[in-house]
Amino acid sequence: MLLKNSYLVFKKDLSSELRTRYVINSLLMFVLVIISIIRFAIGDEKVDNEILTGLLWIAIFFTSVSGLSRTFVKEEEKETSFSLKLSTGSNSVILGKLFFNLILTFSLNLLILFLFVIITDYEIKNFSGFMIVIVFGNLGLVSASTIIAAIISKANSKGTLYPVLSFPVLLPLLITVINATKLASVGVETGKLLGEIQILLSYFIVVTVASLMLFKYVWED
Amino acid sequence: MKNFITYAIFVIISAVIILGLALPIPDIPALGDKARVLYFHVPMSWISVLAFFMSMWYSIRYLKTRDHNYDIKSYSSAQLGFLFCILATATGSLWAKFSWGSFWNWDPRQTSIFILLLIYGAYFALRSAIESEDQRAKLSSVYSIIAAVTVPFFVFIMPRIVESLHPDPILNTQGKINMDSSMLTVFLSALVGFTMLYLWMLDLKIRAEKLNYKKLSLTD
Repeated sequence: MLLKNSYLVFKKDLSSELRTRYVINSLLMFVLVIISIIRFAIGDEKVDNEILTGLLWIAIFFTSVSGLSRTFVKEEEKETSFSLKLSTGSNSVILGKLFFNLILTFSLNLLILFLFVIITDYEIKNFSGFMIVIVFGNLGLVSASTIIAAIISKANSKGTLYPVLSFPVLLPLLITVINATKLASVGVETGKLLGEIQILLSYFIVVTVASLMLFKYVWED
Repeated sequence: MKNFITYAIFVIISAVIILGLALPIPDIPALGDKARVLYFHVPMSWISVLAFFMSMWYSIRYLKTRDHNYDIKSYSSAQLGFLFCILATATGSLWAKFSWGSFWNWDPRQTSIFILLLIYGAYFALRSAIESEDQRAKLSSVYSIIAAVTVPFFVFIMPRIVESLHPDPILNTQGKINMDSSMLTVFLSALVGFTMLYLWMLDLKIRAEKLNYKKLSLTD
């Protein structure tokens, strides 16, 4: 029942997104802008992987921060949150939105990574390990961003508040994931990254469980 | 009773300040007299963490009971925690200048306290961005709980990134504190004194905020 309802919330978000292109168009442009800024900042310099990984995660962080809040802000702005509240329980709403944001972030990150590798000669020596770290990093990133998006959708000055609120919460994840992707890109074996992957996975579980427990206080009036 | 506690706090903290500067301390390698900062820095750091978790605890109580007094308590504790967090950063940073040569060099301890400052800052930014009383109380409670569950991750993460130069490994080899008895006495009284000061200030702050809240709800 819960899963079915969350799937319906997800489907509703996806089809409304495909119909209106509320987020995706501006996000694609945002990705292009940030990638070209990186390109022009670097110029023809040869930059080593340590700095490139940092730049990659700056691009990923700001893209998520500018896109992921839309799922909840949209409900408030279009005043659809009441009918959603009437239609289904809070847990299916957060799970559905979480799933929608996951799909959105994964596809955007693949695009960012693709453009980034083309533009900067970013060399990834351990590609499978790198992708595993990206996947687990995204899980935690999305889960923390989604609950914070729910919080700020009720506040004023949403745009500036979102990065301010999410940064301290995301920092443990960002430090770990930046370090792990850096190691993978210089060719450290996946087995040696297990510690980092464990941290990323447990961060995801802890934050998701906390969001599931707390979301009803944010959502219900 | 209340007066007695106030006097006790005054006496303890004055004694800590005087004795902390006057009493000789044992020779600690590489620290010397600079170790005296621990009489002030450690209690400040301890209180900024304590206040953070008390604020989270009151947030949980608020979400359970929807009693507005808990929100007042949570907010007051966060405000005091922020004050002590700034003091801990300042004392630590001064000490770092004379021991490590620079005010700020992103030692893991400095990074952790920086994150605590960020969380406090984000919490106040969130509170000032919400107008409705109930929404403000509810959302900031949720935020402080979410922030509190992610804080323990630093315990696992920071040692993986960089080695700390922070001196408790020196004072604290094999888990026991190599302070002589007079130093230990001053240190423990500093801890007790500043914690009592925090609780006293918290009580004062809560009473003031409650009066403020009453006044606001009367004028509405």
